[in-house]
Amino acid sequence: MNRLLNSIKDFFKVIFRNRQASIGFFILLFFVLMGTIGASITPLDMTVNFEKRFQMPTFQHPLGTDYVGRDVFAQVIHGSRDVLTLGLICGIIALGLGIIMGAVAAFVGGYVDTVLSFIINVSLTIPAFPMMLILAVAFNVQNVWAAGFILAVVSWGGVARVIRGQILSLRYADYIIASRIMGLKNYYIIIKEILPNTVSLLAVQFIGLFQSGISSSMGLMMLGVLTYRPTNWGVMLNLALQNTGIAYNPKGLIYFLTPIICLGLLQLGCIFFSSGVDQALNPRLRTE
Amino acid sequence: MSAKYIFKKIGTSFVTLIAVVIVIFLVLRLMPGDIIEPLARQEAAQMGLTFEEAYQRVADRYNYNPNEPITDQFVRYVKGLLKGDLGTSMINPRNTVSNILAVALPWTIFVVSISLVISFILGMQLGAIMAIKRKGFINNLITFYVTLVSTIPNYIVAIFLSIIFVYQLGMFPKSGVYSINVTPGLNIPFLLSALHHAILPIATYVITSTGGWTLNMKGSSINVLGSDYVFAARARGIPSRTIINKYMKRNAMIPMVTILAMSFGGMIGGAPLIEGQFQYLGMGAYLSKALGERDFILYQGLLLCVSVSVIIANLIADILYSKLDPRIRLE
Repeated sequence: MNRLLNSIKDFFKVIFRNRQASIGFFILLFFVLMGTIGASITPLDMTVNFEKRFQMPTFQHPLGTDYVGRDVFAQVIHGSRDVLTLGLICGIIALGLGIIMGAVAAFVGGYVDTVLSFIINVSLTIPAFPMMLILAVAFNVQNVWAAGFILAVVSWGGVARVIRGQILSLRYADYIIASRIMGLKNYYIIIKEILPNTVSLLAVQFIGLFQSGISSSMGLMMLGVLTYRPTNWGVMLNLALQNTGIAYNPKGLIYFLTPIICLGLLQLGCIFFSSGVDQALNPRLRTE
Repeated sequence: MSAKYIFKKIGTSFVTLIAVVIVIFLVLRLMPGDIIEPLARQEAAQMGLTFEEAYQRVADRYNYNPNEPITDQFVRYVKGLLKGDLGTSMINPRNTVSNILAVALPWTIFVVSISLVISFILGMQLGAIMAIKRKGFINNLITFYVTLVSTIPNYIVAIFLSIIFVYQLGMFPKSGVYSINVTPGLNIPFLLSALHHAILPIATYVITSTGGWTLNMKGSSINVLGSDYVFAARARGIPSRTIINKYMKRNAMIPMVTILAMSFGGMIGGAPLIEGQFQYLGMGAYLSKALGERDFILYQGLLLCVSVSVIIANLIADILYSKLDPRIRLE
């Protein structure tokens, strides 16, 4: 327990020493608070009120109202919960699949490796976005779990390839061969030698999956699929494009730009944080 | 030696193709519900046939009968593919995948390959600059640009470009791949018109994908600069210019070639959003149209074609790679 606390302390020490990574951390923290606490204390009223449409920001509506008079601020806050959950589910499942496929291929080797590598290649060949589109429509996805699963099923290939490569290169690294010759047990080598050297890679890959899951899901929503939650930023963007005549209507600009800016900030937070995570978790990049 | 390598790669591509066909075949079969039943009902009502007769006719037209065992369906599907039957539209039976392919694929390949070449060249130059000058104004500017474009997905850039340049400024056409006033062929007005329609989609891809190339090239160049042979070249007194052009750039570009094919696949995959936004009638626009109309059989055929183009791109990249890097051929 104490050791865990210490390693968390060390982790944040490295993050806060890196200016970019701390900015990234605070951006992500901001969105997490928005999706958890923010969404529970902000009331969401989705009733249509035409008289109040396209209002400019006021104290009551900090980001104005949309094309049918609903508060944009509350929508964005409630949407963040769905966006983050979707990203997390996609990231966890895809990373899990990637670890299983990549690690089994690399550890077992032989014809198992040939077959798994071939499957990884096939999954990378079929263009991901059109595949997600057809799966989302075919299975008529209506909730965040199914949506995250579909995104993950299509996007694990790249991660599996990276993990396979990393483990293969570690397997024949001098210190691993040395541990083998010393007669250390396999599980000991995996937990004590190989895992610490892949943790930073896994963390960075996870953030990448989280990021790409969110941006592809918003793309899918823009084409009118996965529209199960009206406040998800992608659905907001789709509605803004369909209903505000944004190209000629400056009044809809705040409603249209809000989800885009949130998406951009979230992606920026991920990229910045990711650079620090690599530094904090990779034993080779640590200077101490 | 080299011929053997190429044949091996062609073999791998062929096996990949078979696997892709199976996956795409299964996607449509896993779908809940009978997708041709509504069509059969419609046909029965219109032609005055019994439901069974109409169902048989529809099943033959689409080469798709969900009541057969799955293995028979697969044999039927592959036989169709071998005869060149990639699928037929469920909305308009005169629209076949092959027809759409003929009018749409060339435009998509045109836009994607031009974008790929431009962003590759730009990325190589910018990445090399970043690797040589680690500090300073230019480096900060490029870093800012790369960070900015990696936070904004390409479809958002497409929306902004179309709002500003198509709707606000009216500089570019709202839809289509060339103007109806020109005759297709090798004449100047047609080529100019085609370019005029393609500029915004190309700009979208170039703006968003140059960042990735820059970062990759920067990393690769720094690696090469740290290698022993560059050190040795410096020690021999070879001028920096030669080292940068003949040693660093050339060698740093080799690993980039393998990313070319992946990048091509990514661009083609993103086409439904980009082409859809500009209503540029390439494969992407037809894919998103087929999906919007729930025209699953057409979608399946188009998806297969798009995947095949990625397989071919991979094959070309592999062969190119072996030509560029002699170490590969020795395997």
